[in-house]
Amino acid sequence: MHDDRGNAETFEALAMPLLAPLYNFAHWLAGNRDEAEDLVQETYVKALKGFGSFTPGTNFRAWMYRILRNTFLTSRTGLKATVSLDDEENPVTQPAADDDPESLLFARADQEEIRRALEQLPVVHREIILLCDVEEMSYKEIAELAGIPIGTVMSRLSRARSSMRSLLRTKLQGARQ
Amino acid sequence: MTCEWRDKIGAYLDNELSEADDLAMSRHLRTCQDCAMAALGSRKLKVSIKRAASGRFVPSPEFRSRIGKAVAPRSRSLPSWLPGFALAATAIIVVAVGLGLLLRPRQHDVLVEITDLHVSTLASANPVDVISTDRHTVKPWFQGKLPFTFDLPELQNSEFHLIGGRMAYVAQGPGAQLLFGVRKHQISAFVFQERESFARLGAAPKTSQNLAFNLETWTDRGLRYVVISDASAADVLALAKLLRSAE
Ligand SMILES: [Zn+2]
Repeated sequence: MHDDRGNAETFEALAMPLLAPLYNFAHWLAGNRDEAEDLVQETYVKALKGFGSFTPGTNFRAWMYRILRNTFLTSRTGLKATVSLDDEENPVTQPAADDDPESLLFARADQEEIRRALEQLPVVHREIILLCDVEEMSYKEIAELAGIPIGTVMSRLSRARSSMRSLLRTKLQGARQ
Repeated sequence: MTCEWRDKIGAYLDNELSEADDLAMSRHLRTCQDCAMAALGSRKLKVSIKRAASGRFVPSPEFRSRIGKAVAPRSRSLPSWLPGFALAATAIIVVAVGLGLLLRPRQHDVLVEITDLHVSTLASANPVDVISTDRHTVKPWFQGKLPFTFDLPELQNSEFHLIGGRMAYVAQGPGAQLLFGVRKHQISAFVFQERESFARLGAAPKTSQNLAFNLETWTDRGLRYVVISDASAADVLALAKLLRSAE
């Protein structure tokens, strides 16, 4: 068993390196700095309090993201953002045959265009893309932290990517014509 | 009709296929042009998202120290050097994240970077900065821009023609990108000073593939050459041999 001080030292050592990525993730979810700071602070306070229930040797990073995510989902912005969750039903749209190849299309996208498209995605879609492509979490980690089956991770991810692609396609092809 | 492999491309690029499927998909991408192009597009998007979104928002130093205090063990006061140290640590993490933009961990290498450059060039409205079919125009254009010189082959009795050249940056170093045409395909030849980032590729001529592209790489007199194209492996090899024989 840890004494309290040893516990706190371990927590500090594990948690502080995650501050920058957690803050980035929180800001992408919440959309502004004040809420991002509140989310991250609440996450750290909750995590420190609950650290006794964290099983050493398991995935600490995923645990922290899960706390942050739950904190966000119960916040005002989070509740608003997830009300219209028509997620799993819409069909995935395939590009038309005469569209530009995506490899060439996306090579033209600059960072600002990618960011704007990402901002326009529904939160659940933005979130899963961030966890997979930015945080490089495995499907299993995402499934555990979001409390959904791996199959849902895969279908949600493919819908998220397809919305992202059609947003970009509209922007980029529209801009050129 | 869409190929049955198409739905697995996402999981392939995320490194989530079983070993057997992963291998089968790699093989499939060599023969199915549609899937190869789709994979290239998806990979481009994945890399772009990583680049655009990671480290986009950075905690302020005040916020960082507020969190630091909240989680610090009670009985210990913060040493005065800690905030500076913590900042330095962040900078290192940000740099590490910035550099980790290439996607499949197994393919984290300069060849992925070079493939992306080649594709971007093909997509660009102005693929080259110096447009000329004459090697005696293209070669001097690089002089003064690069810390090294290289030779271009005589192409008159070959199937290849020179389109032009541009500056290229790979692994934080400048180099030359030469664009050639063969029938309906374009081939990029990159020339860099040989350094640590390329060492893994080996010095002897080596043929490989990255998605739908054929590659040929070697070193010669301190320079690293990489030839890449969606043209056939035989065409890529033929141009590589011409470049190796240039004087
Ligand atoms: Zn296919």
